[in-house]
Amino acid sequence: MLARLTHLDRLEAEAIHIFREVAATFANPVMLYSVGKDSSVLLHLAIKAFYPAKPPFPFLHVDTTWKFREMIEFRDQIAKKLGFDLLVHINQEGVRDNVNPFDSGSNVHTHVMKTVGLRQALDKYGFDAAFGGARRDEEKSRAKERIFSFRNAQHAWDPKRQRPEMWKIYNTRVAPGESIRVFPLSNWTELDIWQYILQENIPIVPLYFAKRRPVVERDGMLIMRDDERMKLKPGEVVEDRLVRFRTLGCYPLTGAIESDAETLEEIVSEMLTARTSERQGRLIDRDESGSMEKKKREGYF
Amino acid sequence: MKADPVQAAESVREYLESQNRKSLLRFLTCGSVDDGKSTLIGRLLSDTRQIFEDQLSALERDSRKHGTTGDEVDFALLVDGLEAEREQGITIDVAYRFFSTAKRKFIVADTPGHEQYTRNMATGASTADLAIVLVDARQGVVAQTRRHSIIASLLGIRHVIVAINKIDLVGFDQQIFDRIASEYREFAKDLHFSSIMPIPISARYGDNVTTRSANSGWYSGPTLLDHLETVAVDEISIDAPFRFPVQYVNRPNLDFRGFAGTIASGSVLVGDEVVVAKSGKSARVKRIVAQGGDLDGAVSGQAITLVLDEEVEASRGNMLVAPTARPQVADQFAANIVWFDENGLKPGRSYILRTETDQVGATVTDLKYRININNFAHEAAKSLAMNEVGICNISAQAPIAFDTFAENRTTGAFILIDRMSNATVGAGMILHGLRRADNIHWQSLDIGKHERAQAKNQKPAVFWFTGLSGSGKSTIANLLEKKLHASGHHTYILDGDNVRHGLNRDLGFTDADRVENIRRVAEVARLMTDAGLVVLVSFISPFRAERQMARELMEKGEFIEVFVDTPFEECVKRDPKGLYARALSGSLKNFTGVDSPYEAPEDPEIHLETLGKSTEELVEILENWLHERDIEQEQYDDGGGI
Repeated sequence: MLARLTHLDRLEAEAIHIFREVAATFANPVMLYSVGKDSSVLLHLAIKAFYPAKPPFPFLHVDTTWKFREMIEFRDQIAKKLGFDLLVHINQEGVRDNVNPFDSGSNVHTHVMKTVGLRQALDKYGFDAAFGGARRDEEKSRAKERIFSFRNAQHAWDPKRQRPEMWKIYNTRVAPGESIRVFPLSNWTELDIWQYILQENIPIVPLYFAKRRPVVERDGMLIMRDDERMKLKPGEVVEDRLVRFRTLGCYPLTGAIESDAETLEEIVSEMLTARTSERQGRLIDRDESGSMEKKKREGYF
Repeated sequence: MKADPVQAAESVREYLESQNRKSLLRFLTCGSVDDGKSTLIGRLLSDTRQIFEDQLSALERDSRKHGTTGDEVDFALLVDGLEAEREQGITIDVAYRFFSTAKRKFIVADTPGHEQYTRNMATGASTADLAIVLVDARQGVVAQTRRHSIIASLLGIRHVIVAINKIDLVGFDQQIFDRIASEYREFAKDLHFSSIMPIPISARYGDNVTTRSANSGWYSGPTLLDHLETVAVDEISIDAPFRFPVQYVNRPNLDFRGFAGTIASGSVLVGDEVVVAKSGKSARVKRIVAQGGDLDGAVSGQAITLVLDEEVEASRGNMLVAPTARPQVADQFAANIVWFDENGLKPGRSYILRTETDQVGATVTDLKYRININNFAHEAAKSLAMNEVGICNISAQAPIAFDTFAENRTTGAFILIDRMSNATVGAGMILHGLRRADNIHWQSLDIGKHERAQAKNQKPAVFWFTGLSGSGKSTIANLLEKKLHASGHHTYILDGDNVRHGLNRDLGFTDADRVENIRRVAEVARLMTDAGLVVLVSFISPFRAERQMARELMEKGEFIEVFVDTPFEECVKRDPKGLYARALSGSLKNFTGVDSPYEAPEDPEIHLETLGKSTEELVEILENWLHERDIEQEQYDDGGGI
């Protein structure tokens, strides 16, 4: 007697199907690996999709040089353990110009180090398809995006001219220079991600779990002082508080939440009673309504 | 204070398990502009408590800026995620939203009402099981209600909720509700819906959305959410015949060869016999490989990797199927087509047809009729414009394996892609295979192309001269033929003007006729190469897609595209037949370069820039090119001449 598929079974099958479709139809795909929980799930699914072979594409991390130190450690440890081909790209022009979240502002920093850095890396290696871990439940403009999302030769997304996407029949054709961003987790929700991490026992960065960490209150957010580059403003004090992160990015732009959730079950239970969305901890979304769409049109993931 | 951690963890796991067992309903909201689709979804999300505080405060901010509901929160702004949408107060593209209740999980596609964005509505409908068709109680059933209902039906949706919205604005009048409901039922009686549920609602105020309204005491049916939670979802039956489109062949080393794909229907167990659809070869399933341990069996919807007990040939695009209930394999079939592109469907033009995993060149050989969305009348048509629906016969360059769409939504569907722009221009639902191809078998003859060409001591070729009228195509082709003839070649010239007087005299100069014109000439050229001739085709042939189609008809290396590149101004000056004068004065319509486009070749074998060169010099370029090619080819074979 064969069992009916569960909700997670269906989501998993859809993602695996998408991975294989790209491997079968693109010349030079890459998976964007951003070290967060969604990337961890994506990596896990990529491995399942091609087992017993290894995923037939490299993994790319666009390092802004401002990620949490624990993220970089985790990244290197996972790459070593799984033996996958990890490419790390840093926008050296941005480093040279000393672009950073404090002096340049979150918008400029994100644009130069992340969006431009990503475009540089895609051009450098000539990737024609790039997997990302974005989900439609994260944000309004993401809710509008196709699973196979076309980008012109300048890496720009034109939300008004998206290709129709019928059934599971994906149009994977691109002209030279053009590319497709592919989102296997499009139909997953935040709860699905946690539930899958729990079910499959997927390793994630410890920053997601509550621990006493040195934080500073700034602009209504709790920013963890991960290294000496963060200068204190007058009146600011570093306190050790019991905190964790719902999403991970550049440490100066990622707000911690006060929490005592130390296990996956406690995280889920906390999430079920949460009154704010996970992106609330992201400074870059706050600038103005529609800011995510703008970034995506410029080539942000 | 934390609760007992062990007990808390246990209850979280129980909760998650119950979530995991819930069924999923995918539905869409559709209907005309301003019928309140986005508002309804905003209301559903809000009433089922799926909106976070930070999202609510952003919504309040946006409502003040862009809202259309005065001081109240405009729920439509929750789903209209694009800036252009919020500014214009309309929905352009489909948005996907997720929510769940105690009984079920939902993915809802909020689709645009404007006719020009119908393709985005179709995108949302293609993966949905149920459609909520919104109708404004003040307007009743309008054209867009019908168009969306027809598309939903064609795309295989079997359940419809007719949400008669803004019922508050007609004073909760039961007669209005009854009239619209029966009008819809009458209209939809031929659409094969298995359930139609009319519900009076006010999306803005929430009447009968998630809670029963006190304002419509006469209504005794379920609320919208009640119905969504209880309607029976037609899951792909695991009792249907086994269909496994091969998506990817996993071959990490010589010892492992796995067929990866997603089961489209049915189920499979280790030991089962399966058949390769296109070849009829059979084998048994030896393993179902998965990380963490092989599986004993798998069901429809599962993405798996199969290993067979024998080496059978099956690459991407083929299908492994149940031996006793096989799909059809044919290169000709009839299908419903929904057209998406600004450039209309042109019978005779070659498109790329894609099924879930197969890809093949295909043309619409016969547009049987267009469906009038107001009265279902079948209308004769020469092409399908954007958002139109029609029934077509399709001819593919190679056979594909398929079921009818009515039998299987996965193996009976395809999309059409434009060869040049790579745009997805249409979607198709297969009605039935056409048996013609089976009856007209290719005659297997003892004397073949090779023998005929040998007798002439030459290699067949097609010189395809393309360029504007008056660019010099025919003059160059004529001189080249003389020279080839003089050197002992067997040649023939197909000239645009000459062919139009005979074979193609029934064709005019519309885009559709131009496409057919080129198709016929290309087929004739192919027969002539089969006869062993060197063919010189001298046709304006303005569209890249048709030249590409002609190229694909010939054997590799046989098609030589010659771009006769003369500037437009020069052609106008020469005007050997006085045609430009007439076209520019407006008395001659659809003239290439004037009011009909010419798409220059991007990568022709030979690019002749004619300005300042005599015909002799140009033909010399062609001869030199041929000479160099022959030297190259002599290293591979000893064919004579061209």
